[in-house]
Amino acid sequence: MSETVVVEPAQADSPPSLGQPIRGPRALDESWSRFWHLAYNIARSEFKLKFFGSALGYLWQVMRPLLLFGVLYVFFVVVFEVDNRAEGGAGHFYGAQLLGSIVLFTFFAEATSGSVRSVVDRENLVRKIQFPRLAIPASVVLLAGFNLALNLIVVMVFALIEGVHPMLSWLELPVILLLLTLLASGVAMLLSALFVRFRDISPIWEVVSQILFYSAPVILPAEAVRKKLEHGTLDHVLYHIYTLNPLVAIFQQFRHAMINDQTASAWGVMEKGGGIALLAPIGIVIGIFLLGFWVFNRQAPHIAEDL
Amino acid sequence: MAPTKQPTNDAEAPSLVVRDISKTFKIPEERSHTLKERALHPFRRSRDEEFQALKDISFSIPRGEFFGIVGRNGSGKSTLLKCLAGIYRTDRGQIWRNGRMSTFIELGVGFNPDLAAADNVALNGIMLGLSPREARARYDSVIEFAELEEFQELKLKNYSSGMSVRLAFSVAIQVDAEILLIDEVLAVGDAAFQQKCFDVFIRMRKEGRTIIFVTHDMGAVTRFCHRAMLLERGEMVELGEPAEVADRYLELAFGRDAGYDDYEVATPRMGNGAARVSEVWLGDDRAEKRTVAPQSEPLTLNVLVRFNEQVVDPEVSVTLLNEQRQPVVVATTAGEHEQMGAFESGELAVFSFSMHNMLSPGRYHPIVTITRRGEGLDVIDRFTRDMSFVVTGLSASGGMVEIPVQTAVDRWGVLHPEYAQPARGSE
Repeated sequence: MSETVVVEPAQADSPPSLGQPIRGPRALDESWSRFWHLAYNIARSEFKLKFFGSALGYLWQVMRPLLLFGVLYVFFVVVFEVDNRAEGGAGHFYGAQLLGSIVLFTFFAEATSGSVRSVVDRENLVRKIQFPRLAIPASVVLLAGFNLALNLIVVMVFALIEGVHPMLSWLELPVILLLLTLLASGVAMLLSALFVRFRDISPIWEVVSQILFYSAPVILPAEAVRKKLEHGTLDHVLYHIYTLNPLVAIFQQFRHAMINDQTASAWGVMEKGGGIALLAPIGIVIGIFLLGFWVFNRQAPHIAEDL
Repeated sequence: MAPTKQPTNDAEAPSLVVRDISKTFKIPEERSHTLKERALHPFRRSRDEEFQALKDISFSIPRGEFFGIVGRNGSGKSTLLKCLAGIYRTDRGQIWRNGRMSTFIELGVGFNPDLAAADNVALNGIMLGLSPREARARYDSVIEFAELEEFQELKLKNYSSGMSVRLAFSVAIQVDAEILLIDEVLAVGDAAFQQKCFDVFIRMRKEGRTIIFVTHDMGAVTRFCHRAMLLERGEMVELGEPAEVADRYLELAFGRDAGYDDYEVATPRMGNGAARVSEVWLGDDRAEKRTVAPQSEPLTLNVLVRFNEQVVDPEVSVTLLNEQRQPVVVATTAGEHEQMGAFESGELAVFSFSMHNMLSPGRYHPIVTITRRGEGLDVIDRFTRDMSFVVTGLSASGGMVEIPVQTAVDRWGVLHPEYAQPARGSE
């Protein structure tokens, strides 16, 4: 409150000579480089621990999505022969599509689930030093990003072995990853800020995360969902809601641009309007990011007291 | 004050200006930590109890001052430090700083036990405000100061606690901030390392850095601070000369008259109460309340005892505990004053224990026991109150005491007969 300041006449010209005001903790402060150094170095040391901490280090990091992939692959490709039953060439390289989507989802899950407890778990930092609070969830997203980079190498090697040819559309990868990172960061900020006050965010997010895994085009590509939902108005409404999930557009575009251009693209799966309809999921990504930042920013000054 | 565009270049500007800051904490009676509770009782206002930790504190610290903040537990001194550090947001008022600031509320923030020294130094340095390049550049001097050259490759979890403290302190002092906020970090490490820390603080003081130091240790306040401030229940009670502030603090904490009675009521004491230790002080002058005992000078500890009943031939003994709670000196009146006769009810007596101070530098707590030899050994009173004093001095060999030792060398040469024919035990 500034009433106390205004009362004093000398106040008008004194602040410049008094130096920098100390305003208390915030999500971000003036120094971007400090924010970045903190987030990067926390993530880096965590990564180092995982990498060198156990005998098989990196192998485990890659094995987790690979094992999940193995189970799903046997189930859907060997038992149900999904890739043969898909229309046209859309089913080609189903294995690489599946693995790629699993790796993307692993990134999203690590970034969001990992951030839920992040601020509370780093209580020691929050209560003992002043730093831009946002560095904590940012470091979690960054760590998930390091893992994603390594896992993507495995995906591309797998795809090339399966017979995928390099395509010009591979250049779309940065845009796809940018959107996914924006979404994951927004959710990460939201969850980590809310968890300080509401501890049941953790089990809720576990369930939501599961729902997202099965509803996004990881196992079932968007075309398969569309085929199921093409009778009647209710189906159309349901499908419309389905396409609002930004993960649908992001994963589908990954499959289309990176693995098999016969599968539907992000705009191809939209109900109608194609590219323009894509503005809805993109808008949701940006909206979640801004909401996450707003909530985190509001919470940031009080985190040290609310813990 | 000359109006300058760049305040940091203004040599006249104080390092820190605090104007009317207040801080209130909400203590929810029942904390609704889950959404269900919120959903079930949407209209129930959480009946928060408010606790005002700081009330309208104003002060300003000129450049180069060593400023002490003292107060009892819960007086708000740590809250004030956290507000200054920017960890808590104040409800009202402003704080301005002039110059780079660094906070040592805890040593080794961000240390990870599974990483080696180099990673931890970098991480901790960055937390304290260094850039990664600065942190790397300071690594060698950090390790050197911490005397950990041989243990660089070791993971931190394999360090002894003393070693990690040394590493953490070394990082902390490498952060060349102009303003340092320090919260009782001196209360760590062994005596030799503490002495080293004191030396660093004296050096920083000489370099003209501004240091704000929160402590319980009145010895440190009187020795280092230019000025000190006493907080009590969130309010500033006194601001001025360290010695005066230390006096007021001791009065508040261990109050001589009224405060003392409060203490007796509040804390159950051992013994049958036939006599009570009412005060323990250092040196000749009771009012002076010395808390510092320089090495290799006479040291006298006086114990004022009030007898509540008639006691015949009491024995008063003092045990000096060092920081590790090890008894270093045990002294008793038993030998010299075995038969003192009867002390009447209401009688006051001072028992003095004088010695040549050969203690190693550090903090000492006296424990006074009054006993009487009856059938067994009746404990009349056992005084363990939080009175302590600090022994200062340069002689810190690492031993528990600094006893003068004469050394001699007798060079036997190479073919000394006694060496050539070693004495054998008779068989």
